[in-house]
Amino acid sequence: MSTDKKTKTIVAKIPEGALSEKWSNYKAQQKLVNPSNKRRLDVIVVGTGLAGASAAAALGELGFNVLNFCIQDSPRRAHSIAAQGGINAAKNYQNDGDSVYRLFYDTIKGGDYRAREANVYRLAEVSNSIIDQCVAQGVPFAREYGGLLDNRSFGGAQVSRTFYARGQTGQQLLLGAYSALSRQVHKGSVKLYTRREMLDLVIVDGKARGIIVRNLITGKIERYSAHAVVIGTGGYGNAFFLSTNAMESNGSAAWQVYKKGAYFANPCYAQIHPTCIPVQGEMQSKLTLMSESLRNDGRIWVPKKKEDAQAVRAGKLKPTEIAEEDRDYYLERRYPAFGNLVPRDVASRAAKERCDAGYGVGSGLAVYLDFKDAIERLGKDVVETRYGNLFQMYEKIVDDNPYETPMMIYPAIHYTMGGIWVDYELQTTIPGLYSIGEANFSDHGANRLGASALMQGLADGYFVLPYTIQNYLADEIRTPRISTDLPEFAEAERNILERIERLMSIKGKRSVDSLHKQLGHIMWDFVGMGRNKKGLLKAIDEIKQVKKEFWSNVFIPGEGLDLNVELEKALRLADFIEIGELMARDALHREESCGGHFREEYQTPEGEALRQDDKFNYVACWKYMGEDKEPEMYKEELKYEFVQVQQRNYK
Amino acid sequence: MEKTININLRVWRQRGPKAKGAFESYKLDGVSTDSSFLEMLDQLNEQLISEGKEPIVFDHDCREGICGMCSLYINGHPHGPDEDITTCQLHMRKFKDGETITIEPWRSHGFPVIRDLMVDRSAFDKIIQAGGYVSVNTGGIPDANAIPIPKPVADMSMDAAACIGCGACVAACKNGSAMLFVAAKVSQLALLPQGKVEAARRAKAMVQKMDELGFGNCTNTGACEAECPKNISITHIARLNREFLKAKFKD
Repeated sequence: MSTDKKTKTIVAKIPEGALSEKWSNYKAQQKLVNPSNKRRLDVIVVGTGLAGASAAAALGELGFNVLNFCIQDSPRRAHSIAAQGGINAAKNYQNDGDSVYRLFYDTIKGGDYRAREANVYRLAEVSNSIIDQCVAQGVPFAREYGGLLDNRSFGGAQVSRTFYARGQTGQQLLLGAYSALSRQVHKGSVKLYTRREMLDLVIVDGKARGIIVRNLITGKIERYSAHAVVIGTGGYGNAFFLSTNAMESNGSAAWQVYKKGAYFANPCYAQIHPTCIPVQGEMQSKLTLMSESLRNDGRIWVPKKKEDAQAVRAGKLKPTEIAEEDRDYYLERRYPAFGNLVPRDVASRAAKERCDAGYGVGSGLAVYLDFKDAIERLGKDVVETRYGNLFQMYEKIVDDNPYETPMMIYPAIHYTMGGIWVDYELQTTIPGLYSIGEANFSDHGANRLGASALMQGLADGYFVLPYTIQNYLADEIRTPRISTDLPEFAEAERNILERIERLMSIKGKRSVDSLHKQLGHIMWDFVGMGRNKKGLLKAIDEIKQVKKEFWSNVFIPGEGLDLNVELEKALRLADFIEIGELMARDALHREESCGGHFREEYQTPEGEALRQDDKFNYVACWKYMGEDKEPEMYKEELKYEFVQVQQRNYK
Repeated sequence: MEKTININLRVWRQRGPKAKGAFESYKLDGVSTDSSFLEMLDQLNEQLISEGKEPIVFDHDCREGICGMCSLYINGHPHGPDEDITTCQLHMRKFKDGETITIEPWRSHGFPVIRDLMVDRSAFDKIIQAGGYVSVNTGGIPDANAIPIPKPVADMSMDAAACIGCGACVAACKNGSAMLFVAAKVSQLALLPQGKVEAARRAKAMVQKMDELGFGNCTNTGACEAECPKNISITHIARLNREFLKAKFKD
């Protein structure tokens, strides 16, 4: 990484050579650490999702001494477990024209030409090894009768390259990584710290050397040191309060390292998933995703006539009573080439457009996802085999039978493409600090394709970081174990204790959740699917008011140095408020529409996202400048050497 | 259309593993029948916080039935009265207006209470660490399609792999046995050619660890299968027993 303060630019250390040779060239020339030195080097990995668990396991196998932290009671609970649909790889088992290049190309195009070519190519390159690895671990992927692996299609691709394990692919891949991790714990190369939450990064002489965590059972603050620190703590979608993320998913680790000098890249790129169960009331705590794989066979529609939509909303008409010719299959109408399998951002905006125009069903903010044709074509049994667990989940939540009446769905916040800025080696702007998986910004540009998050998490953890981190650690072999008695650790701990004390002593009137919901409404209304200058300015202003209200009127019962769930939530919310503001600020500065970032001022006459390549063909990297100071923006220019940049077209 | 109900709750409160616990009663009005059970508890906690009291501690995370974190014993059933779901997927439409609902933590020797309804299930991690894996390192793996696996076998393996490690099986068992949990992992891996190689060794190591951690014996009552939110079948226990015997014969 090298930063130029004058021109405010940053470069990513991309290796020389042709696209397909960069990763091989890198590996051929990088520094390695010999086995006896590996034992003497400590690596902290924060997070045990697909990225964290696979990295901890792979580093442990290599012989490094790994300290692995997780917020839940077990690594197996990390939110990667909830991914349903599948994982992409360029195996071309279906003989349908897939290749490493095509997976690379689809990912770049799907990301609306805002991702780094070299990273994405490497991702596509290692994708095949991931499938091999998972099968060897005993992941029971779906198979054909001949005994070979089955594939299905996902949005943004014209080939079938998605491997899956029923509707529980994330679970099975995570359990695979968890088993590899458990094996290393048994061997003693990985030490596991559960129910711990990172509260700060410790930097010694300019290098990441440790973390401060809160033990969530005792409430005590603990110090841990290492030669390098890896952040794999997922995304920050819960800034919206309602999202498909788990309740404990948070952006705090990313925010702490940002405040310690790591740059935060493209915070405004948030993915809104088109197929989630619609919001039902104010007490709702989270939104449930219905896998994108449903769009393989389900058809999305709303009534063609406004009066039908009104009648449905009033409960006077059932969707099954609406004649075929009175249904508007708007995705098939607008995008005949990709139909119901357009990328997520496109599908989400199209749903919003129909609902805003008055054609929504349910509460008005829902569209139908209909399996009638699929059941007629394939039979109920086949549909049940493919999606049974998803249908059951829908029925339990909504109390409606999707085999008989169409599902109702609406977009919801799902994933954040933005995150900690990393270079080609996945190293942040702080030496010795790495970031992997959803926590970093690296591979998905402005929109992630379905089944690519699992791919990226495992690529980073199994096949990228274990190489690149050695290039750094090779120069650390003479550094003895770091003492946690250093003044840097003491100071970080003191700051945390003061922050907790300050929060506990507010003793105001508002619960943490009530403030979080307030933030969520602002985010959804102004920093959600459609954004504009006026709204974003309003959001920044209102978020500042939430911040003031939080720091003067929040109420946290119990003790600071004890098990205290409300305090945990408050510490996360304090960061979400600031993340929300940076998201709005980034969205305001990016005067173009691309991928998940849709600025209403910038659209084509047909309502598609309109990029401004001459002005915004860069990664926006935000640098923290201090409390209540405006952050500075650095640019990483995106150079497209191998792909021709064009307007995305799914028609 | 949204309906609301008023309910009475009897909730187990316990400060710590060694502290003496007791039921406390609460009244909660205006609960939407569309709310999930955990959203009802959120609502109760908001009420407690507004009264300046400490909220009820319970484990939860994904709230879509897959992470296995939620673990409530509701009206005498792990994960409550509805079938094939976790607590987070249980909805209030399953309860009547004016009903009294009793909520307890998992109660089992293997899962000590941490506070209120939160228990310590780290024993499950220790059992997996003892051998619940295929011993392969990262990289250097043959192509994923090199070994065909018959679809019915892969499907059966997937049935076992669906276990979410919530511990309902242990909570449901009068002996506090973890056999269904152990069997699910042993069976998933023993069925696949990749896992078959060390199947016997794995079964032995995991069973030994389970015994060591104080879980009880299996007496085939089938309560675990009946309460399992993921429908894991006790036929997997038979497969575990076979693998375990094989290991014993080799000794």
